[in-house]
Formats: sequence, structure tokens, C-alpha cells
Amino acid sequence: MKPASSFRELTPAPESALADVRFGTRAVRLPLGENLAAALLLAGIMPFRLTPVSGAPRGPFCMMGACFDCLVEIDGVTRQACMLTVTEDMAIDMPAAGKGDGDA
Amino acid sequence: MREVDLIIIGAGPAGMSAAGRAAECGLSVVILDEQPVAGGQIYRDVDRASALRGDILGKDFTEGQKLTQRLDHKNITHLKGAVVWQIEDGPRVSYTHAGQGGTVCAKRLLLATGALERPMPIPGWTLPGVMTAGAAQILLKQSGIACKGAVLVGSGPLLYLIGSQMVRAGVPPLALVETQTRHDFIGSLRHLGGALRGWRYLLKGAAMLWHLRRARVPRYVAASSLAIEGKEAAQAVAFTSKGKSRRIACETVLLHHGVVPNTQTARSIDIPHQWDEEQACFVPQCDEWGRTPKTDVFIAGDGAGIGGAKAAALAGEIAALDIACDLGQLTSADRDAAARPLRARLINERAARPFIDSAYPPYAAALAPQDATIVCRCEEVTAGDIRRMAGLGCTGPNQTKAFGRAGMGPCQGRYCGLTVTRLLADANGVSPDETGHYRIRPPIKPVTLGEIAAMTPQETKADSK
Repeated sequence: MKPASSFRELTPAPESALADVRFGTRAVRLPLGENLAAALLLAGIMPFRLTPVSGAPRGPFCMMGACFDCLVEIDGVTRQACMLTVTEDMAIDMPAAGKGDGDA
Repeated sequence: MREVDLIIIGAGPAGMSAAGRAAECGLSVVILDEQPVAGGQIYRDVDRASALRGDILGKDFTEGQKLTQRLDHKNITHLKGAVVWQIEDGPRVSYTHAGQGGTVCAKRLLLATGALERPMPIPGWTLPGVMTAGAAQILLKQSGIACKGAVLVGSGPLLYLIGSQMVRAGVPPLALVETQTRHDFIGSLRHLGGALRGWRYLLKGAAMLWHLRRARVPRYVAASSLAIEGKEAAQAVAFTSKGKSRRIACETVLLHHGVVPNTQTARSIDIPHQWDEEQACFVPQCDEWGRTPKTDVFIAGDGAGIGGAKAAALAGEIAALDIACDLGQLTSADRDAAARPLRARLINERAARPFIDSAYPPYAAALAPQDATIVCRCEEVTAGDIRRMAGLGCTGPNQTKAFGRAGMGPCQGRYCGLTVTRLLADANGVSPDETGHYRIRPPIKPVTLGEIAAMTPQETKADSK
């Protein structure tokens, strides 16, 4: 079931342009080629990560590559979701306290 | 290794216009830009978005296409999605592009890295669902995504712009909570002369406010004691306005109280910066052409001091003229003649700025946050922690790293630097200039060992001299 999102798409992407993506244990379909952070927000994904210090939930803040709050883990590398685009079969994990290197 | 006349970092208004003018003067230009398409933040994805939703975003946005068109020139190579992580003498710039490291050398370097939202540390600002107003604009421009149930919080014309765009998109904000006071407005009237010369901006501001009023968006002014409530995500904004405590339930909070120069790149090569009291931020030292004390490095646009998109485009052209003159493509007489009309327009573009800056000052309580408020988002260091460090003899931001990791997280001080400087300056009773800023070291953006390993072989630094 698609979780409720605080975001609304003005012109929905056609079904054919969706990619199958995994976020943690969830399977989501995201618009191919769309900004990854934007697509995850629209799909109702939140939080994106838990902080390494206190485990606090975080999500995108600046959307321009400066704040590093939208960090996600792709193929074991911590990366900024707002600086990536959706590709087919993307496997995304959530950085969390004591897991991976949140310092990037 | 590639060698060109000019490297430009950033494809926003300053970078695009500088590239256009430099190319017309016969210089070979490489633009390195992090984004997959030209436009910077203000004209984000302008070519695609203008066609899809130009009616929502407005003419000031769609006009950015005039700048992206200038990049279509045989002398310009635009490396899209190129993340710069190191600059060395040369100037020599290292970057990652399509998963592979690369290096380019040039005779001159222009930094056009633009602005960042001024950090707005208030209680709850790290909760999911809290974003900058700029982030909401980016979502709208680039992805056609509007925030539902949003409250706009802070001060400045950008709040009116995003608010009126949200109204046009059919998703009006729940409320506009502004921190500026009547006192600020009266104080700003001393700049009315300049404001009237920049009357177009005033008219636009008034039209946007009227638009919000007609859409019945509630507006609260002189708000204080701002706090965002919520446990796992933002659930409400609480504040006091006109002596009344208020609480607005919401899903999204969009913060904004001005933008500040993104000085990260300039600082990484030790360009000197000084504190600008009017704009309450650090600005790099450069002359009227944008030339820094490192004479082969120029800075243009908001990265050199906030002036807005149109001023940035003019400053980019002016810098390009001086660079073309440096490299023998223009005589100094031709350079001066070409710059004269640009400077006249620049003065007009900047005329309303002192009025705007004083009518919409930063939210004071976010410049000196209460002890429990997080200031370093990455390492979760609070304002109280910084004040305690000052009490233990910490005099500058670099020391706060050793005292408690402030500024050592992945954002490298981008969203805490100004706050930490201000807190230490206040606690120690010295100026921000004396307090200084974090030392910024490469890599200024993350790069993997694999990306470095995939770099093409090149001569050593000694050989290239």
C-alpha cells in the first residue's frame, strides 16, 4: 500500500515511466530519471536515515546538495539522494546509528 | 589532462552569463556544474520546467532560458553533473563526472557557486518535514511537486514568491508566519530612495502579497518564540504573534530568513573573507571585476555577496570581460567600454537591496539560538554546547571541532558555520571577523577511492609546473 505523502505531483508520470526500486524492505515504484529525493518524498518515504549520533530521524532539508540530511546508502556507498536520479532496480538502504559510515 | 582558458564552477546565472561572454570573446571555457541541467538553483531545470509549468513559476523564472541558450556555443564545454572536490594552484580543478574522477587546468578560474539558505536554527528544525523554502521551490521547479499542508516561516520576499506559486499550483500554504516587525519596516524607510529606484521589486512584492491575501492565506507578522513540534516528523508550528500564543498543525514547515553566499569553494583555497554587517554573513574579498587576491581566481554572483539572479548575471559578464582582457582578447579600453552599461544596470539591480535587507532582517532568535537548539545538524551539537566550549576557552570555530565535533559532519560546516561563528563571537565579546570561520579542506564534496582510482593517468604536480 502506498503510504500517505505530504507532497503532491502536479502532473503524474505515466505508468510506463516507473522504475522498480527497493528502499529498505519496501518495494516502491518511482518515476525513472526523476530526482531521487523528490521521488522518495512523493512516494511517502520518511525518514531517509537515522543520525549516527542519536538515531534521530531525518529527511531532505535543502534539496541542493549542501545539507547532507537526505543521505541514503546505495551499493554500500553513502550518497546524497537529492543529487541522484532514479534508475531501474535501485537498491537503497537507510543509514542508521552504528551502521555504515554516516560521516561519508 | 584537458587545458582551457577559463574554468567556471557553477551553471547558475553568474556562471552561464560569464561563460557566454567569455566564449564570445574567443576564450575556451569549461563549466563544471553539479546539477544534471543548467540553471543553478534560481533557474533550476528552466528549459524543461518552463514548458511544463511556466504559468505557475512565472516570467521571472522562464526568463532564465535566455541564459541557458548562451551555453550553446562552440567554445563552451558544459560538464553536467560534475562534482568539484578539489582546487589547487594552477588553477587546477579535480571533479567527479559519471562515476569517474577528472582534472582540468586553466589560465583563469571563476567561482560562481551562488548562495545557500541562511541557517535557521530554531527548536525542531531538524525534524523530517522541515525544509528550506528554497527546497520547496526546487521541488516545484525541477519535479513539479508541491508541498501539502505547509506553513511558511521566517522573513523575506522569497516566502511571498513560493507562497504565491503554491497558490497558483492549487496547493496554497496553510499560513505565512513572518518574523520581521513594524520596527524593522520603519527602520528600512531610510533606504526608501534606493528602494524607489528598484521599484520593480517593490511592485512585485506587493503583487505577491495581494495574491496571497486574495487566496485567504492567513498571515502572522512579528512572530517570536518560534518552535516546530513533533516527534518523528513535524506536526505543528508554535509561535507568539501580537501577544498571543498560536499553534498551527501542519505536515511541512518551510523555513527562510534570507540567503548567504556559499563560500565553501573559495574558502577551500584560502580566499580571504570579511564579515558583512548589513547582510550578517561572510563575503569573499574581490574587486569590482570579481578578482580575488589570488589574481587568477574570480568570484561572481551571489557567492560574492547577495544581489539576486539579475545582478549575478551582470556580475558574471563583467568578470568575463576582465578575464578576456587578462588573456589578451580585449584591450582595457574595450573592456571598460563594454562594462560601463553593465555596471549601470548592476547599480539599478542592487538599488532595492538595502531596503529589502533592513525590512526583512534575519530572525534574531535564530542568530543566537537558545541553549537546547541544535546548531550543527550533522553532529547534533547544540547552541549550549558551543557556549560551554567558549567558556572553556574556545575562541574560534576550528577549535569547536576538537572540543565537540561541531562542523565535522558530512556537510562540512555549510549549515552551522555562520551560527557557530556568531555564538563564539557573542560569548567571547569579539567580532565575527576576529572569531573567523571553519577552515575548509578538500575534498569539499565526497569522492570515493574508486572514483579517484578511475582518474586518467596524468603528470605529477611538479611536472605540470
